[in-house]
Amino acid sequence: MFTLKDKYAIAGVGETAYTKNSGTPVLNLAVEACLKAAEDAGVDVKDIDGLISYNFGDSVPAIAVATALGIPHAGYAVDFAGGGNAANLITLSAAAAIESGLAKNVLCFRAMNGRSGFRLGGGREMQARGITQYTAPFGWITYPQAMAMWARRHMIKYGTNAEQLGHIAVTFRDNASLNERAMQRTPITMDDYMASRFIVEPFRMLDICLESDGACAVLVTGADRAKDMKHKPVYIMGGAYGGGPDQGEDLFDAIRWPDHSRNYAAYIADDLWKSAGVGPQDVDVAEIYDCFTYSIIMQLEGFGFVKEGEGGPFCASGAIARDGSLPLNTHGGLLSEAYIHGFNHVLEAVRQLRGDCGPRQIEGAEIALTTAGAMTCGSAMVLRN
Amino acid sequence: MNEFTKPIPVPDADSAPFWDGTRAHKLLIQRCTNCGTLRFPARKSCGHCHSDASDWTEVSGKGRVYSWIVVNHPVPREVYGQEVPYVVALIDLDEGVRMVSNIIGCDVHAVTAEMPVEVVFEAGQGGMVLPKFKPQA
Repeated sequence: MFTLKDKYAIAGVGETAYTKNSGTPVLNLAVEACLKAAEDAGVDVKDIDGLISYNFGDSVPAIAVATALGIPHAGYAVDFAGGGNAANLITLSAAAAIESGLAKNVLCFRAMNGRSGFRLGGGREMQARGITQYTAPFGWITYPQAMAMWARRHMIKYGTNAEQLGHIAVTFRDNASLNERAMQRTPITMDDYMASRFIVEPFRMLDICLESDGACAVLVTGADRAKDMKHKPVYIMGGAYGGGPDQGEDLFDAIRWPDHSRNYAAYIADDLWKSAGVGPQDVDVAEIYDCFTYSIIMQLEGFGFVKEGEGGPFCASGAIARDGSLPLNTHGGLLSEAYIHGFNHVLEAVRQLRGDCGPRQIEGAEIALTTAGAMTCGSAMVLRN
Repeated sequence: MNEFTKPIPVPDADSAPFWDGTRAHKLLIQRCTNCGTLRFPARKSCGHCHSDASDWTEVSGKGRVYSWIVVNHPVPREVYGQEVPYVVALIDLDEGVRMVSNIIGCDVHAVTAEMPVEVVFEAGQGGMVLPKFKPQA
C-alpha cells in the first residue's frame, strides 16, 4: 500500500495544445509540456533529475526528453509499459523515487500523436501471434469493441441502458464547453447522443473518446520543497495500482477475467482509500478515466461511490454535473477535452484544487480523485490542496 | 499479395494442438493431468497447481453466451468492410472455460444473454480453421 501520505506534492503542470494534427514529432510535444510544468513550478530545468513516462502505441522515451531538455543529471529516467492504466502509477512512482533518494524533482509526462501518428485500434498485423491468435481472427481488434463487451455484461446484469450512458456524454460535453483547451466544445443533447451512429453495439460514436495529439506533464517534488515554489502545493494523499486475478496477457484480452461488469477499481479501492485516510464521501471533485462513457459506471461502483449496479441511475440523476453531489470530469474528460491517455485528468485535478478553473471551477474543492484505466488493471490517486 | 487480410492465427508451442484440433473439426482444450483443471488459452503450466503435466481433451462444443457485441464500424475497413455487421461473443463452454468467437447462423440482433450455442468449424485464411458458434438446434 502507498504510505507516503502528504509527503510529496505536484508543484507544476504543463501541456501542449490538444489537436488532431500537431504537425510536430512527439519528442517536441513532450519537451514543450515538460518545460511548461517546470516553469509553472518555478523550478530550473537543470534541477530536474527524474523523468517518468508510460507508453503504448505512440510515445517517446524519458531519456530522449531528458536529453532534449539538456538535463545534466537525469538520475532516474524510466518508462512504464502501459496505456491509460498507468497515468497515476507514474505520479505515485515519482513520489516513491524521491522517497528512495533516486531523485529530487521528477517530471512525469505523457506525449502522443494519437490521431496523426499511431492510432490505437487502427488495425493489427495480419498474423495473430500470442494471445491475439484467440481474439483477432474473430474480428475482435479495437478498444471500442473490447469495452463494448464489458458494457453489454453490465447491461445484462443490472439493466444499465443507453440513456444513462448518454447522460455521461452530455454532461462531460457541457463541462468542455467551459474549457478553452477542449477539442470538442459544442454542447450536445440527449437527442444528439441517441442519433449518433452505432460503432459497435452497444456503443455509439458519442460513447467513444477522442483521438488526440498532445502532451501533458506534472512536476512532483517533496512537500517541503513544494512550499517554496510558485504555486500552492497539491499534495498526494494516497494512491493505488493494480487489478484482480486473471488480468489476461495484454490490455484487452480479458478472456479469463471473472466478472466483466466489475473492473480494476473494485480491486484497488480499499488500498486507495486506506492510503489516503479518506473515503468516497470526502471527494469534492473526481476526474475519472473515460475512454468510453461506460467506464465511468464501473469505476463509480468499484471505488464505492455507489453500490454495484447503481452507477447508471446515479449518472442519469444529475449527480455527476458541476452542481451535483459528485462533479465528474470537469474539463470534459477524454470524451470531450482530449485523449492524452488519461494524464490530462491529473492536470485538471491539480487545477481544480488550485482554484484555477474559471467558469468550470468547483467551489471549495479540497479533495480530488483521479483515476486511470477501464478494464483489468488501473491506478488511482487522491490529491488535496 | 493482398496487403489486407483478416488476422491469421499463428500456432505456437502451446497452442498447436488446439489449431490441429480445429482442422480436424474437434474442439480440444488443454487439461492439467495433475489437478484436472481445464485451461484456455493454452500455456506451459497450470495456473492452479503449477504442474507442467497436461493433455488435451475434446469438449462438447456447447456453451452459453456470456456477453456479446455487434460490430457496425469496420476496422480495418479494407478487411471488415464486407463483414459488418457481425457478432463477437464471449462464450462460456459447458466444461467451464471461456472463449472469444463469432456467433453465426442467426440475425445479429437475435443474440441474447445466456443463449445456448454450439461450435461449428469454418475454414479461415492461411489454411486455418476457426471454431465459431451458432444457436443450438
